[in-house]
Amino acid sequence: MPGFVLDIKGLETQFKTPDGVVHAVNGVSFGLKEGETLGVVGESGCGKSVTMLSALRLIPSPPGKVTAGEAWFAGRDLLKMSNEEIRQVRGAQIGMVFQDPMTSLNPVLTIGRQLEEPLMLHVGMTKSQASDRAAELLSIVGIPNAKDRLKDYPHQYSGGMRQRVMIAMALACSPQVLIADEPTTALDVTIQAQIVELVKRLRDEIGMSIIWITHDLGIVAGLAHRVIVMYGGYIIEEAMINELFANPKHPYTIGLLGSLPRVDGRENSRLISIEGQPPVLYQKPQACPFAPRCKWVMEKCWQANPALETASVDHRVACWVDVATGRPRA
Amino acid sequence: MSNEAETLLKVEDLKMHFPIYRGLFQRRVGAVHAVDGISFEVKRGETLGLVGESGCGKSTTGRSILQLYKPTNGKVLFEGVNLVDLTGEDLRKTRRRLQMIFQDPYASLNPRMTVEDIVGEPLLVHGVIPKEEIPERVKHLLELVNLNPAFSSRYPHEFSGGQRQRIGIARAIALQPSFIVCDEPISALDVSIQAQVVNLLEDLQKQFNLTYLFIAHDLSMVRHISKRVAVMYLGVMVELSSRDELYENPLHPYTQALLSAVPIPDPVADAKRKRVLLEGDVPSPVNPPSGCRFRTRCPIADKVCSESRPDFREVKPGHFVACHMVK
Ligand SMILES: Nc1ncnc2c1ncn2[C@@H]1O[C@H](COP(=O)(O)OP(=O)(O)O)[C@@H](O)[C@H]1O
Ligand SMILES: Nc1ncnc2c1ncn2[C@@H]1O[C@H](COP(=O)(O)OP(=O)(O)O)[C@@H](O)[C@H]1O
Ligand code: SF4
Ligand SMILES: [Mg+2]
Ligand SMILES: [Mg+2]
Repeated sequence: MPGFVLDIKGLETQFKTPDGVVHAVNGVSFGLKEGETLGVVGESGCGKSVTMLSALRLIPSPPGKVTAGEAWFAGRDLLKMSNEEIRQVRGAQIGMVFQDPMTSLNPVLTIGRQLEEPLMLHVGMTKSQASDRAAELLSIVGIPNAKDRLKDYPHQYSGGMRQRVMIAMALACSPQVLIADEPTTALDVTIQAQIVELVKRLRDEIGMSIIWITHDLGIVAGLAHRVIVMYGGYIIEEAMINELFANPKHPYTIGLLGSLPRVDGRENSRLISIEGQPPVLYQKPQACPFAPRCKWVMEKCWQANPALETASVDHRVACWVDVATGRPRA
Repeated sequence: MSNEAETLLKVEDLKMHFPIYRGLFQRRVGAVHAVDGISFEVKRGETLGLVGESGCGKSTTGRSILQLYKPTNGKVLFEGVNLVDLTGEDLRKTRRRLQMIFQDPYASLNPRMTVEDIVGEPLLVHGVIPKEEIPERVKHLLELVNLNPAFSSRYPHEFSGGQRQRIGIARAIALQPSFIVCDEPISALDVSIQAQVVNLLEDLQKQFNLTYLFIAHDLSMVRHISKRVAVMYLGVMVELSSRDELYENPLHPYTQALLSAVPIPDPVADAKRKRVLLEGDVPSPVNPPSGCRFRTRCPIADKVCSESRPDFREVKPGHFVACHMVK
């Protein structure tokens, strides 16, 4: 595989719940290219977080279990590493930022201490080296008076500042890959714009590869080079950013784009809504998981689940129908 | 719309300060200036959008209008009657013409009540129809919000987020209100479900000539649904105008920054945009900045901005703005 920093193959994850086994991720494969920002979009419950948590071995087990797949990083399969090895990778080579910084920050330790620890542990810095680097990291992510603010506790920071700290922590050991899971979902648009600008700047300076998970197609439009759209634990479409927005091929992607009003648009017609709601899969579907909500649905859609296949250059889609003609895909 | 200019609701110098108490004797040590002197009108049959960062006082405005809080100051004139002066039975009778739809369809419905009880409760409490007619009316209300009336004996947890929001809407329209405060009604819903609920709100508005105050932080959806839009910052209103005028010709630097921060789901259009990035966070409403409240983050603030509070002036017909720098 040329140039994939992270290469996920056939990933499957299930959860045992009182209502039955939830098939959260159902054979997901994709690669992250060197220096690229890959957007992962889809509505809540479609398997975005579980995909990434599975690859990083952070699925709580029980109830969860990765039942199949590989996750190649730097020549090794993350899913086959020892616990000690994967911890090293997570601390140093793959950085992570989650939606709610408060669950990732320890409320009783100072920000400084939480930034310094991984530097001492993974990079082998002394206490004073780590402290200097921590202050430097805080100022890189735009926190004023960084040196003084190292002494503060998480609750003394605003939501936006805590998310900046999370980014500083993720970057502490200069990772090759940054995985950001809805990092701006809980923030106001003004603060979200600050964070997105910050990440763009850091990306250009450090040259890292990024996976940015979000339900917001607008953020992806301004940030990602390539996009994966997920539905019901499957990737249903994958394309370069301009191609996806100009020429969406999956009925779900088309529906999502149609349901979004635009801040720059006078267009005031009725919103296109997708009727029904996203599925929770207690069995592997024998039909297209989107069939119950799909306007293009045909007989075939009920008989088999379409695989993700190349429709045009760099554009893959999992759908039996060619939406341009309304007829079966050739 | 027959009578375009008819004012349904008029808010004058509304203030809502929440006292802060401290210590053993619970002494009053200050106040949260959640809403601090705002004035505006809502016309019958229109949707007025209300936007601003979280904590700027949008929900408090909605709740003070509905008299869920007793305002610290000001008037809330509904069809000319000041709600702040009403008490007892008068207030109760008028209040049923003003309803609210909440953000969280999970928290706002009583989990131990069936859908029939939830939607029928306002009818029962206000005694507007005989008790035995309530089940029939509830079925009709559920049909209006596109829910299967056969589900009326089920409990909230048996429904999805979008369906629960429909239940909340059915309850809100049960007493045939004229005015509904929609407080972030779609923020907790998935993207594909948001459009369903917004379409429903628009259909009901047409059908019953409803007037909405639509509170949201999604500025794209507010543009879609509103006729006019108001922008709040730290307890005050900084701009108000007709929808397209506000989005295409924003005058207040805060509105400009807010709009430029909204992502556009179109990579080509997004790349062409000019961004006004705001620094830092909203200051505390306990000790808001002197003069113009936005001055600490404002890119064009001048000396006068810290000295006096800018008036909320009509600079063009129907376009109001509170900024010293706008001529
Ligand atoms: N700890 C868990 N126990 C049971 N089910 C889970 C758990 N975590 C995730 N799931 C299920 O897995 C599916 C995918 O979830 P997730 O990846 O979190 O979705 P999202 O796309 O919103 O990030 C959902 O149906 C969710 O309910
Ligand atoms: N019941 C209350 N008691 C004390 N402070 C409150 C209360 N309700 C809201 N506030 C404060 O008032 C300010 C405005 O809040 P709110 O109206 O909820 O803002 P928004 O809806 O715009 O996010 C915030 O600082 C909030 O913490
Ligand atoms: S496969 Fe069929 S049901 Fe599924 S999205 Fe395509 S057209 Fe719709
Ligand atoms: Mg998630
Ligand atoms: Mg609110």
